[in-house]
Amino acid sequence: MPRLSADARHRIRARINGRAIEAEAEPRMLLTDFLRHVLGLTGTHIGCEHGVCGACTVEIDGRLARACLTLAPQIEGSEIRTVEGLAPSPDRLSVLQEAFRRHHALQCGFCTAGILVSLDHYLARTPDPSESEIREFLGGHLCRCTGYVPIVAAALNAAKKLREAKPHA
Amino acid sequence: MATAATNWLGQSIERVEDAALLTGRGRFIDDLGVRPGTLYAAILRSPHAHAAIRAIRADAAKALPGVAAVVTGAEVRALSSSLAVGVKAPIECWPIAVDRVRYVGEPVAVAVAADRYLAEDALDLIEVDYEPLPAVIDPLAALDPASPMLHEGLRSNIASDRSFRYGDPERAFAEAARKVSVSVRYPRNSCTPIETYGLVAEYDPSEDAYDVTANFMGPFSLHPVMARALKVPGNRLRLRTPPDSGGSFGVKQGIFPYIVLIGVAARAAGRPVKWIEDRLEHLTASVSATNRVTKLDAAVDADGRIRALAYDQIEDVGAHIRAPEPATLYRMHGNLTGAYDIKNLSVRNRVVLTNKTPTGLNRGFGGPQMYYPLERLVQRIAIELSLDPVEVIRRNLVPAEAFPFETASGGLLDSGDYARAIEGAVVDGGLAELRARRDEARRQGRLYGIGFATVVEPSVSNMGYITTVLSPEERRRAGPKNGAQATATIALDPGGAVSVHVASVPQGQGHRTVAAQIVADALGLDPKNIRVIADFDSARDAWSIASGNYSSRFAAAVGGAVHLAAIRLKTRLARVAATQLNVQPGEIEFASGRVRARGNPDNALPFNRVAATSHWSPGSVPDDAQALRETVFWTAPELTPPTDADEINSSLCHGFIFDFCGVEIDRVTAAVRVDKYVTMHDCGRVLHPAMVAGQITGGFAQALGAALYEEYAYSPDGNFLAGTFADYLLPTTNEVPTPLLLRIETPSPFTPLGAKGVGEGNCMSTPVCIANAVADALGANALDLPLTPSKLAAFVHGKEKDRPSSAGTQAAKGARALHGEGETKVSASPEQVWAMLLDVDTLATIIPGAHAVEKVSDKKFRADVTIGVGPVKGRYRAEIKLSDLDPPRAVSLSGSATGALGFGSGKGRITLSPEGSGTRISYGYDAEIGGKIAAIGGRLLDGAARMIIRQFFAALARRAGRAAQSGFFARIRLLFRRRP
Repeated sequence: MPRLSADARHRIRARINGRAIEAEAEPRMLLTDFLRHVLGLTGTHIGCEHGVCGACTVEIDGRLARACLTLAPQIEGSEIRTVEGLAPSPDRLSVLQEAFRRHHALQCGFCTAGILVSLDHYLARTPDPSESEIREFLGGHLCRCTGYVPIVAAALNAAKKLREAKPHA
Repeated sequence: MATAATNWLGQSIERVEDAALLTGRGRFIDDLGVRPGTLYAAILRSPHAHAAIRAIRADAAKALPGVAAVVTGAEVRALSSSLAVGVKAPIECWPIAVDRVRYVGEPVAVAVAADRYLAEDALDLIEVDYEPLPAVIDPLAALDPASPMLHEGLRSNIASDRSFRYGDPERAFAEAARKVSVSVRYPRNSCTPIETYGLVAEYDPSEDAYDVTANFMGPFSLHPVMARALKVPGNRLRLRTPPDSGGSFGVKQGIFPYIVLIGVAARAAGRPVKWIEDRLEHLTASVSATNRVTKLDAAVDADGRIRALAYDQIEDVGAHIRAPEPATLYRMHGNLTGAYDIKNLSVRNRVVLTNKTPTGLNRGFGGPQMYYPLERLVQRIAIELSLDPVEVIRRNLVPAEAFPFETASGGLLDSGDYARAIEGAVVDGGLAELRARRDEARRQGRLYGIGFATVVEPSVSNMGYITTVLSPEERRRAGPKNGAQATATIALDPGGAVSVHVASVPQGQGHRTVAAQIVADALGLDPKNIRVIADFDSARDAWSIASGNYSSRFAAAVGGAVHLAAIRLKTRLARVAATQLNVQPGEIEFASGRVRARGNPDNALPFNRVAATSHWSPGSVPDDAQALRETVFWTAPELTPPTDADEINSSLCHGFIFDFCGVEIDRVTAAVRVDKYVTMHDCGRVLHPAMVAGQITGGFAQALGAALYEEYAYSPDGNFLAGTFADYLLPTTNEVPTPLLLRIETPSPFTPLGAKGVGEGNCMSTPVCIANAVADALGANALDLPLTPSKLAAFVHGKEKDRPSSAGTQAAKGARALHGEGETKVSASPEQVWAMLLDVDTLATIIPGAHAVEKVSDKKFRADVTIGVGPVKGRYRAEIKLSDLDPPRAVSLSGSATGALGFGSGKGRITLSPEGSGTRISYGYDAEIGGKIAAIGGRLLDGAARMIIRQFFAALARRAGRAAQSGFFARIRLLFRRRP
């Protein structure tokens, strides 16, 4: 990583949801603020800014990360996925998103972005999880509205639908 | 006109809200654009529980490039007036500290700058001189006239003291076979929405008007409070809410002082100002449920019948009686007897002030604090009379034929069949199997218990209940307060499309979906074709003081108003259609998007065409049948003001809950595991079953947190100790089991749709249900929440050290947050060590993290140090004084350190004694640490202090060793050791 000057703005280039972006930020700017206020990707939410609640979870180069514990310059050259990149097209929902709607797995929708990003990542790698595996995995996300019951149900249902859609996987 | 069969209500249709929320297109407060030139605020907060502010120096902050203004108590006092308080007393309540701080986290200054980062930089440059004052944290201590006084205008820390008497409780106690009592300290906690507070405020000097967009949730009875504080009439405080809000659970009522504060900051800065609260601010200082000390006695017959209850409640509202407090204490007043038919009741309610964050709305609002003692008492009655707890509950229930039932304190329980609900839960919930499971577990030597809780869940608050805190004489002077206006507006556009607006300010509850279902049923339409808007604008929308999202009022009151507005429109449209279809209006029916003659479906018109008629051809419609837009204000006649005998129907609807659960306590860790949880609800008519289930499972999870993990803990000196989600523990998927939900329906006769509220009940029933199960497992009597392993270990393994608590602790006065002692041996003589301790250059090299040490006088040093505690590293200015010098044997040190992250002070004594050729150094210290550092690093402080002090002496030892040894190998050894 190049040396950055604390009081200067630095150019950051990355790919976000498949598109190249280029924008400036001070070295101390958090990735959450960069995504939301510089790039206008307000779907990533800020719940605690100390890495516990999980609302800001994004995927950086294929790994899940807390955007609130990441500095904007750290994504230089990276491939990022956020909640805005999960749906196949603007007027359609992904299988996981549809399962969330069907199971009423969200109420206020504030923690949902991080949970969706995490589950999308997880289900792509763990196609047939048990309920207890999903519960263990989701332990890094706080939801205050649902009591988690419908979230776990939606995740299991989405996993099933995704398996059915890819019978040879 | 006929009503078509109900289609949509009762179905769990997909929510209209969800597609946007699932794709990152929600519009929460921080997602909305702001006007060009908008500035950002950051708030400097008190690190002290109680202190006089001697000076605030903000020149350096103001001089920082990008900083537009620094606002302190002086500016706020000049531009606004004190917030009105809920009791008749000459006290003030400002949204920022004026001359004095009364709780940790109280705003002291607001920095306004070009961005949030700069605003926070500015905070680091503001210097505040505090003169610490003694603090009172324990509500029982606050009763003592000698306790440190928070508001001199009250002449004590008791803000209100009222006694109530219904029936003949004295006689009942005299005649009863038994008196059974419980004493409870209910702790502080909060439902902590994942989105924090946020707002944008602007002041227009040309019209002397404020325009604020905030994720406020109501009640809008606070709108006049805010307008008055900002010194403008209500029509000059335009208050709007964003379309989405990230949860509230009552908590976002507490943003209202910040609406005033940031409004003033915007006025001072001359530009719009935006403020988004951070999590530390939220946990420390947003708002909290009240903590309460209750003694509850029951006069009981030998068969378990309760003849009378006597409550003594001491409510701790924190440092200010901020509106609408002391409402938490009075919301349950009409249902203090719970689900039971108890004729005699006495109540003493005292409200005390302590040096803690002011309290406010929180899911359950008064219910958790009241039902915990009541349902613990019912369990105690069963134990003391050797009865089955379910049998004690059954014998006392309000009978099904008694509804609507008037309670001793004036509540009117609208409907119910409590006995049937309990039978259903016992059978369908498998109580017999659970009891067998407990027996089996106990045979195996495991700690297993079963608990029960029975709750009447009030909803749709009577806006007049809070005046029960006033005497009848004071109420007469103030004029009657009662009712709860719900509003809904339905408009037809020129294409016949239907729009609905509600002032219910949803925070995730799906109001838009349910409102569409209600209108769809009334007008024979598909909900997809109805657009519902729920963001709020006080300048344009129909609203009243009861508007907002609290007391579970949506389904019962707002949903009812939507239904009434739809029926009014429908009545008019039926007349429009009747003319066109040549039938009587009574023959018109609305179904499948068409308006038709009953019995002749071919004689029909599309709904849109009928609905557009009053736009395109008003001349063909009679004046009193014009159908364009209907606004309904609806309030229930049952919501009457308190009577002169202090009877109050505090809520319109009363749902019913019966819970039972099985828990197991680990014999080694003392952790509680909820093995099975059954919750039976009767919330009247269910409009959307999946949303009802979501309210129940969501409330249950929060209540589980309150029962087992969550507490806004304070140290005895008033430091806040739960400033992160690593300290304030919310339950995750791994802790929250799936409860079994059961229901019966007894529709409310008082609401247009028969619905009642359902959002808050498990916050009332679940904590005590789990506590009763834990008590059953452990054979424990006195149990206070949260039921942490360390607390329960006392029952499993014997008493351990107390954990800090918000509910008050009996810790010794003046107890220090940190203390420790130790010793080390160095290979230098006492004289050499002594010289080093007094030498500036030596100190600079051995004080951990020291940048510079300056000798102010022979006995006084000043140092600039960087100290890291856990994740939090900060720079502090330290002053160290030496006293009681006894060279070269002993010296006392006292010192203090202050920095942006908090403050510390301490004293210690160092003793040097010769040992062989070297010196044994013994030391002991007491330290107090406060501010952010205590809130976020509390768990780590003891260890960090020990480590820093060890580092100091280790460095001293090394240094002394070097002084004493000059050999080559010793020097080489030192060289390697010094490399980190």
